[in-house]
Amino acid sequence: MSIDTVGNAERNPDQPQPFAELGLKPDEYQRIRDILGRRPTSSELAMYSVMWSEHCSYKSSKVHLRQFGDKKPETDTLLVGIGENAGVVDIGAGWAVTFKVESHNHPSFVEPYQGAATGVGGIVRDILSMGARPLAVMDPLRFGPADAADTKRVLPGIVAGVGGYGNCLGLPNIGGEIVFDESYAGNPLVNALCVGAMRHEDIHLASAKGVGNLVVLYGARTGGDGIGGVSVLASETFDADGPAKRPSVQVGDPFMEKLLIEATLEVLHAGLVEGIQDLGGAGISCATSELASNGEGGMHVWLDRVLLRDPTLSPEEILMSESQERMCAIVEPAKIDDFLALCKKWEVEAVVIGEVNASGRLTVEWHGEEIVNVPPRTVAHEGPVYERPYHRPEWMDALQADAPTADRITRPVTGAQLQETLLDLIASPNLASKAWVTSQYDRYVLGNTVLAQPEDSGMVRIDEETGLGVAISTDCNGRFAKLDPYTGAQLALAESYRNVSATGAVPLAVTNCLNFGSPEDPEVMWQFSEAVRGLADGCLQLGIPVTGGNVSFYNQTGDTPILPTPVVGVLGVIDDVDRRTPIAWGPDGELIYVLGDTRDEFGGSEWAHRKGHLGGMPPLVDLDRERLLSEVLVAGSRDGMLTAAHDVSDGGIAMTLVEMALRSGVGARMWLPDDADPFVYLFAESAGRAIVVIPRSEEMRFTEMCAARGLPAFRVGVVDSGLGADAGFDAATQVLQFGDLFTVHIEEVRALHESVLPALFG
Amino acid sequence: MRIGVVTFPGSLDDRDAARAVRLAGGEAVALWHGDSDLSAVDAVVLPGGFSYGDYLRCGAIARFAPVMSSIVSRAEGGMPVLGICNGFQILCESHLLPGALTRNDHLHFICRDQRLVIESTDSDWTRDFEPGQEIVVPLKNGEGGYVADEQTLDQLEGDGLVIARYLEVNPNGSRRDIAGIRNARGNVVGLMPHPEHAVEALTGPTTDGLAFFTSVLTTALTSVVNA
Repeated sequence: MSIDTVGNAERNPDQPQPFAELGLKPDEYQRIRDILGRRPTSSELAMYSVMWSEHCSYKSSKVHLRQFGDKKPETDTLLVGIGENAGVVDIGAGWAVTFKVESHNHPSFVEPYQGAATGVGGIVRDILSMGARPLAVMDPLRFGPADAADTKRVLPGIVAGVGGYGNCLGLPNIGGEIVFDESYAGNPLVNALCVGAMRHEDIHLASAKGVGNLVVLYGARTGGDGIGGVSVLASETFDADGPAKRPSVQVGDPFMEKLLIEATLEVLHAGLVEGIQDLGGAGISCATSELASNGEGGMHVWLDRVLLRDPTLSPEEILMSESQERMCAIVEPAKIDDFLALCKKWEVEAVVIGEVNASGRLTVEWHGEEIVNVPPRTVAHEGPVYERPYHRPEWMDALQADAPTADRITRPVTGAQLQETLLDLIASPNLASKAWVTSQYDRYVLGNTVLAQPEDSGMVRIDEETGLGVAISTDCNGRFAKLDPYTGAQLALAESYRNVSATGAVPLAVTNCLNFGSPEDPEVMWQFSEAVRGLADGCLQLGIPVTGGNVSFYNQTGDTPILPTPVVGVLGVIDDVDRRTPIAWGPDGELIYVLGDTRDEFGGSEWAHRKGHLGGMPPLVDLDRERLLSEVLVAGSRDGMLTAAHDVSDGGIAMTLVEMALRSGVGARMWLPDDADPFVYLFAESAGRAIVVIPRSEEMRFTEMCAARGLPAFRVGVVDSGLGADAGFDAATQVLQFGDLFTVHIEEVRALHESVLPALFG
Repeated sequence: MRIGVVTFPGSLDDRDAARAVRLAGGEAVALWHGDSDLSAVDAVVLPGGFSYGDYLRCGAIARFAPVMSSIVSRAEGGMPVLGICNGFQILCESHLLPGALTRNDHLHFICRDQRLVIESTDSDWTRDFEPGQEIVVPLKNGEGGYVADEQTLDQLEGDGLVIARYLEVNPNGSRRDIAGIRNARGNVVGLMPHPEHAVEALTGPTTDGLAFFTSVLTTALTSVVNA
């Protein structure tokens, strides 16, 4: 095998190179030649191609993402901001929390199990590389229609992959989403979130500081899996013929990742590490160039020292390999023996592959020959930046004008019709029980899970002494974002913020995973720019900063992009998890209140979706109202005024009550305001609302608080276990009674709710 | 009382088991798989997880860890040993308990709050239960189907060695709904469900699991009194 050395590149400047096959445009290739003053070696070309891919360089999104920094609210909670592996937030008492959500969409379409599994593995290493112990994971997933053949192919594999990896790794899976929509057919979204915690003094960054310090690669051996995954998989749209790219997907080993976590935390706590970086997309190319670029600026790597799974790999392949479960640490020479000993304790292989220097160059040698000599910043941080053209699609006006009004879609009126509408929503794949999926995930491991699906947020305890904990929710209604990307992104933020508040936690910070179609389509680029603008403005208004996130473009099959899907994750802190508010109401006599205003808003609703309709405007978003609602929910939890709280979103008030009744197992009676249109009142998806349940003894105090703060609160029901006989069942039967309109039998509803996914996928 | 909790590479519920021991009033002592010294512990818990990645066969590699030879010989001398989930698999692989755990019959990993009935309270780990007591503790496994030949199953039942059975739902296809068994002496217990996840009202479905850990303390007290 002939090696393309730097000397060779200088001697043969005109040798043709396959830059286009590696995903580089002609002008990008020319720019590399300009930077180097010669043609790149094949190894250099490999490095630049992966690092300048959309996935690694954010070249299309960068100009928009700057808004998250420019519009950052005044906050003293942010310890590490955007740009590192994950942002870090101060939650008090010396504790810091780091969290982030990332996409693994394309690999999961090609190979569902491994794609999803390695998505979990990758985000866990991001959290670990900040110095935090990973505490929990969540997975927002989106699929094509539930009954589509391809959904049946990918969903079971993706769920098994998320579970197989996370369960074996020992991290509880505490929430997420599962959404079905036609637009995700052939382009499922697999987003993975991880949260971790550390003491302030344990925060670590990815920088190669200290001339003479050693670069250690440890963890799994490097193999031929995932080669070119980043540039070939994540930056190209699937064509109609389907991909023939199976070998590009990485294969995960969660057992190795578990050892990597324990070994890494031990070397960090022992003070043996100066800088640390995980290996994900772009593998060694990314880790070495980013570490060097963030540190002294120079690094020399002996690439032939890398431990290989396959000894026939070429240096280009080693540089590009995306083998999982690998980390890179910067270690002082005096501490290297202790570092290697701790790796050995955990049976993790480690090898010194390089040294930090002040040369300003990243140099790589292969058996004594120089194959890379580049300025590391040009690889890691100074890639191409595109101002992609964008414009509002012409079809937006027609789409927004096509509202689901009563004359457009027949609305239910009678009690029987309203009941039928509710039962249809309960049995819809989007609103049906997700237990078939979540029961494949371990939610108990580590013993700190306080809330998990189907609660509004996942909540984990961080400090067993004080009860300090965090809550996280992820949300996005892509239909809202299609109708108006700016508002849709704010609605995703508002829902996530509300979900965290409903559990009693104070929202602190935001992460996001922006899933869109091709950035080369000006209409998609407009959706993207509007969503980012909406999210940045919304975070500023709510006073919570974006700490990091991920962009996934090219989610489309042919010319049809997915619904714009800006998944928003909000993290909140709660001083004592013992005071969390669940969604299940308590015993008879407790009072049910709706907080917030209900309007005739059905654009993008689940009801309209069931009718095959998408048009009109999404619900109004009022972030000041969201903030007020959040304060009331948190105060209600803190002062012990609430038994239960549940955010009102998909399926409206009716569905929200059903979910609370199912969780509690106890019936309730509700009544509608005299002037209300029953259909609108029960099923509209207006934002800024929650249902809370209050013991009678707290009613006065709670309603006075709402009145004083100006939050509308309406008493709409009471918990009542004795309604069975009235409804024509035996006396013990628990029912949910909707005024004099209709009644549903809770256990029958449960059977329906829980039967949907097993019937489709079981 | 000092109760050792073993960490193998890939153990996941070791912190939870140690927490359960502490909440029951015992002293949890961390034991390392590569160390044959048991640090003078009075009892041992083999926690859940995926020791050695569960590669080859669940528990098959862990059985050969240096710590296991010490545990096997102390167990044969009467030291209480509780194996939970992966720990149960290791006890079977080590021949301290008969039978084996196989892939769930429905082929999925399952995590659920499981109702059990406690049948044998004559073991060091179930003394604090009432015979016939029904409890709910989490169950989470991919390979939890208990199997043994008919003769062994008959013998387990005939000798009263089944300590717990699944109620309402058999979650993994275990023969005769068996969730846990003990040896004849009653010091070695293997259990597929996870009592260590049901020791705090805040994080567990119940606190029913705590009695497994208080039982072994009661056992120790009784033996001190009897001595």
